[in-house]
Amino acid sequence: MIRKEYICIVCPNSCHMTVEDRDGEITVTGNTCKRGEIHGKKEYQNPERMLTTTVVVTGATYPRLPVISSVEIPKAKMEECLTILYQTVVQAPVKCGQVIMKNICDTGADIVASRHMIQKEVNHAKR
Amino acid sequence: MKELRVDIAVIGGGPAGLAAALEAKRCGVEKIMIIERDTELGGILQQCIHDGFGLHRFQKRMSGGQYAQSFIDEVEQTDIEVKLDTMVLEITSENAIYACNKQDGMLKIVCGAIILAMGCRERTASQVMIYGYRPAGVLTAGKVQQYINMEGYLPGKNAVILGSGDIGLIMARRMTLEHIHVIGVYEVMSTPGGLTRNIVQCLNDYQIPLHLATTVTCIHGKDRIEGVTVAKVDEKRNVIPGTEEYIPCDLLVLAVGLIPENELSVKAGIEIDPHTKGPVLDNYFMTSIPGIFAAGNVAAVFDLVDYVSQSGEIAARGAAAYIKGELTKEPSFELVVPGENVNFIVPQRLRKGECKDETVFFMRVKTPRKMAIMEFQCGDKTLLTRRCQYVAPPEMLSCKVAVTEDGSPLRIDMKEAEIR
Repeated sequence: MIRKEYICIVCPNSCHMTVEDRDGEITVTGNTCKRGEIHGKKEYQNPERMLTTTVVVTGATYPRLPVISSVEIPKAKMEECLTILYQTVVQAPVKCGQVIMKNICDTGADIVASRHMIQKEVNHAKR
Repeated sequence: MKELRVDIAVIGGGPAGLAAALEAKRCGVEKIMIIERDTELGGILQQCIHDGFGLHRFQKRMSGGQYAQSFIDEVEQTDIEVKLDTMVLEITSENAIYACNKQDGMLKIVCGAIILAMGCRERTASQVMIYGYRPAGVLTAGKVQQYINMEGYLPGKNAVILGSGDIGLIMARRMTLEHIHVIGVYEVMSTPGGLTRNIVQCLNDYQIPLHLATTVTCIHGKDRIEGVTVAKVDEKRNVIPGTEEYIPCDLLVLAVGLIPENELSVKAGIEIDPHTKGPVLDNYFMTSIPGIFAAGNVAAVFDLVDYVSQSGEIAARGAAAYIKGELTKEPSFELVVPGENVNFIVPQRLRKGECKDETVFFMRVKTPRKMAIMEFQCGDKTLLTRRCQYVAPPEMLSCKVAVTEDGSPLRIDMKEAEIR
């Protein structure tokens, strides 16, 4: 039997959970809600996190565009995704929610812009 | 000097100000103006690229920018006037605002009501009294966040973080993702300053060590930081001799707390609560000056943006009621008293006879408890008892209570309880 301890990050309660694996039969204890159980199992089998970082944007009011994954991606693929994103350059204008990269590293997650980014010239005209 | 007239002016275009302006519009207020000193709306959310915003409000895990954008989009659909790049210089007890910008020059804005939403500022190195020179490379966590997330600069290669507040934890992860080596997080207190889930997903996920009851005692280097000395402290926060350790680094990140930014409020003569460091508020979130309201981190550091927006809406409903003449001119107040294990509570007082709807309270505990019973007591009457799991100082608590007055102060306790 494999036994692992996790602290739940689903809500502020921060339950201390124990995940036990008896030949593939996984049980979660210490959680106080259903979401905690799901999270505990996922933490043991294939932990996932949201990915947030920035990519280079040209012709914009700022040099960096913040991006976020549409769904959680496996922790194990985080570094691979980041390496690709750090080589990515996008052109302003960008709309919040615009897909910057589809299905990144075959994770099923899209990387989308997490804010509007207007063109530099447009901004100056406005002022 | 140009003179303008508005029904409600909101000072600050961050999450509190945006929510306040929108709620005022929903209440039917006509002329609303948001005054923002930055060149865009959104406030600090624009540099918070991490997820976890809007969990309560939208049941979604959004980034700060996404959360801000949903409010900004809504503001743009209305006739709320937005003055960007505009600095408020003074507010007066007669509800006038003096401000300036490049287009209008000096401005006098005569307001029916004012909502303060200026947010808070980070505590700096000189405010935590660390010895040594003041070399380059000593930055607050929020500044590092701005450099990395907005400007695209990496301010160092090897970082030490002092303070385990949430921004410090978030930046520990952020810097790691940007390949800055985070040597460790040092916290003078014996418990973490940030939320447990941030300790897990920002530090534990990346094997970043957290050293409790340890602080930075000296900054080394003259032009550029070369290293820091850290040392263990006892319960009274005195350095334990012999525990000093030199750590070479080129970046010291300070995450040592936030202070509401109340220079304008103090100058206007608004009464400040020494516990929240924000204005003393009533159940409409009105300050001690009639017609001036406060919302968000300028009132008390909320940490959770959902609460910040909620407080903006409470203040806006108050301001709307005020300009419609629905609030008594000279109210008398009932005090709200923080009892056992309650550090502070907002609002600090209730308007007698004017607690029609349920009142929303925000509070912070003094010490962590696995299980606590929240109790609202008015004289002999108990208005509410609620069991709360895992209460801790970093976690703000919020609850709605129907207050029935009987001429005695409202007392709130967080009593220790057995785990069932």
